[in-house]
Amino acid sequence: MEYFLQQTINGITLGAVYGLIAIGYTMVYGIVGMINFAHGEIYMIGAFIAVITFTLLGMLGITFVPLAVLIVLAAAMVFTAAYGWTVERIAYRPLRGSFRLAPLISAIGMSIFLQNYVQILQGARVKSIQPVVTGGIPIIDTGHFHVTITYIQILIIALTIALMIGFSLLITRTNFGRAQRACEQDQTMAALLGIDVDRTISTTFMIGAILAAVAGVMVTLYYGVVDFFIGFQAGIKAFAAAVLGGIGSLAGAMLGGFLIGLVEAYWSAYFSIEYKDIATFSILILVLIFRPTGLLGRPDIEKV
Amino acid sequence: MTASVTTSRGANHVMAALKDAGLAGFVALMLALPLVGFRTVEVGTGLSLETRFDWVAYGVIAVFIGRLILNLWPRNWRIQRRKDAPHVSTETHATTMKLVAAVGIAFAILLPFLPFADRYVIDLAITVLIYIMLGWGLNIVVGLAGLLDLGYVAFYAVGAYSFALGARYWGLNFWEALPVAGALAAIVGMLLGFPVLRLRGDYLAIVTLGFGEMIRLLIINWQGLTGGPNGVTGIPRPSFFGFPFAREAEEGGPIPFHEVFGLEYSTLHRFIFLYFIILILALITNAFTMRIRRLPIGRAWEALREDEIACKSLGINPTNTKLTAFAVGAMFGGFAGAFFATRQGFISPESFNFLESAFILAIVVLGGMGSQTGIVIAAVLLTVLPEIGRDLAEFRMLLFGAAMIAIMVWRPYGLLSRRAPTIQLKGQLESGTVKEPT
Repeated sequence: MEYFLQQTINGITLGAVYGLIAIGYTMVYGIVGMINFAHGEIYMIGAFIAVITFTLLGMLGITFVPLAVLIVLAAAMVFTAAYGWTVERIAYRPLRGSFRLAPLISAIGMSIFLQNYVQILQGARVKSIQPVVTGGIPIIDTGHFHVTITYIQILIIALTIALMIGFSLLITRTNFGRAQRACEQDQTMAALLGIDVDRTISTTFMIGAILAAVAGVMVTLYYGVVDFFIGFQAGIKAFAAAVLGGIGSLAGAMLGGFLIGLVEAYWSAYFSIEYKDIATFSILILVLIFRPTGLLGRPDIEKV
Repeated sequence: MTASVTTSRGANHVMAALKDAGLAGFVALMLALPLVGFRTVEVGTGLSLETRFDWVAYGVIAVFIGRLILNLWPRNWRIQRRKDAPHVSTETHATTMKLVAAVGIAFAILLPFLPFADRYVIDLAITVLIYIMLGWGLNIVVGLAGLLDLGYVAFYAVGAYSFALGARYWGLNFWEALPVAGALAAIVGMLLGFPVLRLRGDYLAIVTLGFGEMIRLLIINWQGLTGGPNGVTGIPRPSFFGFPFAREAEEGGPIPFHEVFGLEYSTLHRFIFLYFIILILALITNAFTMRIRRLPIGRAWEALREDEIACKSLGINPTNTKLTAFAVGAMFGGFAGAFFATRQGFISPESFNFLESAFILAIVVLGGMGSQTGIVIAAVLLTVLPEIGRDLAEFRMLLFGAAMIAIMVWRPYGLLSRRAPTIQLKGQLESGTVKEPT
């Protein structure tokens, strides 16, 4: 029981990270109808910027933890947003109106490009940083088994929930959110009504990148290791989360993220750690077979 | 250039161009500052930073000037983007293509006997041919049936491992293993295809990608069977109808190849033999594709690519049709895999990662998705160019990714952007008038 509880905490933490990345997939899919394959790489860049900023702050002597975490978050969000904007501008915008698979192929090219770009600039070795946020709160202590929730886990879960609330408000209550939903439904009509479609799409990519950057910072804090290849696996898993929840649905992306995180944690704990990724992919395939619209997705009607 | 224009409109134009270039420069600064400006270096147990602000400055200036030139460049001088659908080739074009193909095949047959064909050249040619064959195999799935398969390398891996493990556990030789490898890959393709082929384009792409990763992870983790990350070594070399390529005959074994024909022993013989095996395999793939395009099933693939709903209304079962395309494509992947195993003599999961799938896909995309000749050109370009630019090896994948984007932006239908029509009605359209339905 204690073991199960501990795994649940770990799974939810992991799931929060997947959920944050999954929102980027789901939003982009909603508005331009393409899988942003390079999104995992955006997350990886966010994590790298976090490592670089932490190291820089350490060298400058800023060691007050809350301040350092805030600065790192801000830096990662701003710089990663620039990457999100540029990726859309270079690789996807010229392809609007091209054939269906063109943006996906271009996105694969972008993903390969960004991976190698970071590898060349920062080296292929795994980068590790000293733990920044340490300690935790013991929940149950039976003498031989401790269930703890660490501060960093609390931070991840709390920040994710806060971002989710803020993000839902952004989509439902603001002008940008209205424009974003309008573009999702009908871009031509939205343009006729005076919405700058290009700008809305660009902003969507930037918001997706910001959320991925937060996920990147959280992972850096949580595991303390980053390399140029982490975007690939995280990207596929987050995509699986988006599909599981129902692509296009924001609540679905979050739900899917938590489910994938939990499955991964339980599978590693009770079955085998080697096959955890196979379990995740199998879930993706099973969901697509039996419920292609996901748990919370709307049915997709094919028209002639 | 336009800087000399003195009218206010011209000045506004220059101002707008400067502003836009300034914005591009600013974005470049945002991109470059964290990742280019700082480099993490390991110092003892921790990390330290080196700065490279000069690089950032060069990059920003380059982007600014480049964008400025692009903005001031006269509009009618720009390269036109080609978004139009591929041209259907005319008959004269088709004849030229046939001629090109004939010359190409003749060259391929003569290549090992040409004076410059040393071991290195033949080895490179074998690599090119493997990729041509994989490109043609994937072309059946992507180019003809229009299904984006990002996990094609899984079938290649199945083929390679079925020969490697067949040789290890049951002592199969290459010729016995070849059909087994193809059949197993096709079965795996059907097993995957059966549940997922109802999915729409990009979902299918991601599921095939996930599947490719699953196969790779399975190979890595199932150590008892596959040897895990260490791979399988000592895969037997193919023999010439039972005569091995060796200097000396084994104890009690058949006499070696060179003694049968009374030749001087040369290590080149084995390479030339391998070269012809893959050449024949590739040509079979090509002939098969060309023939099947004219059969009902091939026509159904292409019809399905163009309009799935119309196909359904005409009574074509989309799932079964896609499944055959998937299985056939997988089978050729399996053949190529078995050949790869025997050529390398050693295989490991490292050879079957996602980048390999992306590489094969890039060949098909660059070749124009459906054009057999285009794939040959693309495979030669993508395999030989990195060999020439070895000093740039570090930047190989970077350039490769950039090229994929550039091609999608400027020439989405590939280098040739022509493909043979599925069906040509000779003389009917000119002579007869279309009857109005009464």
